[in-house]
Amino acid sequence: MDHLLHAIFEPGFFGSAPVHVALLVGGVVAVVCGIVGTFTVMRGQSYAAHGLGDISATGGSGSFLIGISPLWGFAGFSVMAAGIMDMIGVRRPRGRDLATGIVRGAGLGLAALFLYWDTTRTSTTGAPVTILFGPMFTLDSSIIPAIVAFSVAAVGIVAVLYRPLLLSSASTELGVVRGVHVRITGALCLAAIGLAVTLSAMTIGAILSTALIVGPAAAALRLTSRPGLVMMWSALIGLGATWLGVLLAYDSYYWSSSGRAWPVSFFVVTLVMISYLLAQWLGGRTAARSRNRERAACSPAS
Amino acid sequence: MFSGFMINTWAAATIVAVVAGVVGFFVVLRGSAFVADALPTGAFAGAAGASLIGVNTLLGLGAFSLLGALGIGLLGRRARHDVAVALALVVMLGLGALFLSFTVEYAPEIYSLLFGEVLGVSVNEIAPVAALGAVCIVAIGVMYRPLMLSSVMPELGEARGVRAYRMEMCFLVVIALATSMALPVVGALLIFSLMIGPPAAARSVTDRPLLAIGLSVVIALVTVWTAIAVSYHTNWPIGFFVGTFAAVCYAAGRGWTALRRTRAVGSAGSGGPGTGGFGTGAGRLGPGRSGEVGPSAEPGQVLT
Repeated sequence: MDHLLHAIFEPGFFGSAPVHVALLVGGVVAVVCGIVGTFTVMRGQSYAAHGLGDISATGGSGSFLIGISPLWGFAGFSVMAAGIMDMIGVRRPRGRDLATGIVRGAGLGLAALFLYWDTTRTSTTGAPVTILFGPMFTLDSSIIPAIVAFSVAAVGIVAVLYRPLLLSSASTELGVVRGVHVRITGALCLAAIGLAVTLSAMTIGAILSTALIVGPAAAALRLTSRPGLVMMWSALIGLGATWLGVLLAYDSYYWSSSGRAWPVSFFVVTLVMISYLLAQWLGGRTAARSRNRERAACSPAS
Repeated sequence: MFSGFMINTWAAATIVAVVAGVVGFFVVLRGSAFVADALPTGAFAGAAGASLIGVNTLLGLGAFSLLGALGIGLLGRRARHDVAVALALVVMLGLGALFLSFTVEYAPEIYSLLFGEVLGVSVNEIAPVAALGAVCIVAIGVMYRPLMLSSVMPELGEARGVRAYRMEMCFLVVIALATSMALPVVGALLIFSLMIGPPAAARSVTDRPLLAIGLSVVIALVTVWTAIAVSYHTNWPIGFFVGTFAAVCYAAGRGWTALRRTRAVGSAGSGGPGTGGFGTGAGRLGPGRSGEVGPSAEPGQVLT
């Protein structure tokens, strides 16, 4: 038993301070992303989430230039970009994708400029890697309060707008009939997505941040269709993937003699994808079973 | 600016701009901006993998962008399309992160793969770029009518025997080819901006498809040429200029449409149903352009 435990948790896993911070921050972020992600997927805004993630990289690289914590850069730029997307965004899905793409293109162009300045004017050559692929193990414990504050803000927006969001996500017309301010609701929801993307970018990196937002929620929507349950499942799947990812990344240091750990982001993304495929399989089976039951119930009557 | 080593840059960028202008027109028409964005971004993992095992970058890019296109097609059958694209994208990027962590020389590598190394194009790179570009253009030319039909009116297309799913797969493959052609030269970001900005601007100026494609190519060329020239003088990364110029093109197109719409409404609704040329299912330029501000506007717009 002791051996097994040692094989799973390599020596020093529970004693290491970076691991504590990574587990804590990763866990909070996964739960927030799971909750906000449910609405992202229901509203078909995966592309907006991806675009915001990339644009937050612009803010991250800008923050290296002026020497503040990347968190502020991530947050500032993604919320600002959410505002711009909402402002120019056409309400139809096709036009919305186009608007998202344009904002993202311009944002990444700016990121190119900032990263160029980062590497030429200051001596932070590691900046691109940290920003794009995630600083999970180099997180400083001093940013925990800020992360918690952002999480509370994101979840707070979703909690306050829970019913109107649900109504207008299911059907815009229904929302309007029930007196929902579709425009304001949509803008605030996009802001919440922006905050969630920021948090996700802080842990698994800007260009992979979509994984924690879209993946768990899409998997949860395969399992059940009751909104409360979807959020719970989505948060649980995200949490599981993040924690297991941190553990595997820590262990991977001992897998080869190269003395180099595999990236956390890779494990998290892979685990998210596996859980999505599993959920699809399970969801397909339950759907088939209930269909069979219906058929069985119908057949004697006919 | 036009010295020896810069000639390759001009040639490669010109080819890329032409292909992006043509393929991008259909990207905008079909509203598949997310796919056109995801394939180049994800394919860069292929380049990282290729440099890891020491094969030609183009091979890795081709393999990854084709796999990505197939994955999106397969996942998209059972899930919502945007979710399928997002999942395929993050898996490819996750692999990319893994490959990059194995290679030794990485920061500048990633940078040039994502944002392009247009000022360092060698002669050997021109031939494959030109060949793949020609394949893309020919493929679009061959599929032109069915692709147009299934983009604009999928139902009519199905009735005429054009399978929407098969058309989607073919189009994804063309995007994948265009991606692997352009990525080593101009970077993941640049090809995407070129596929979106110029065609969007062209579409808001004219409704006629061939004219719009031509215009989109011209705008793409002007964008790239200006970007190279400015980048050469300022020494700033070219991706910045292309991204900004593409956004400016889009804004100009939006402004032009708004201007025309107000004028159409001003002249007593003379532009009633039927003014739109072909863009029935394709948004802004559909029939009843002036009707959009009238009763048929979406509920969300009424509220504002």
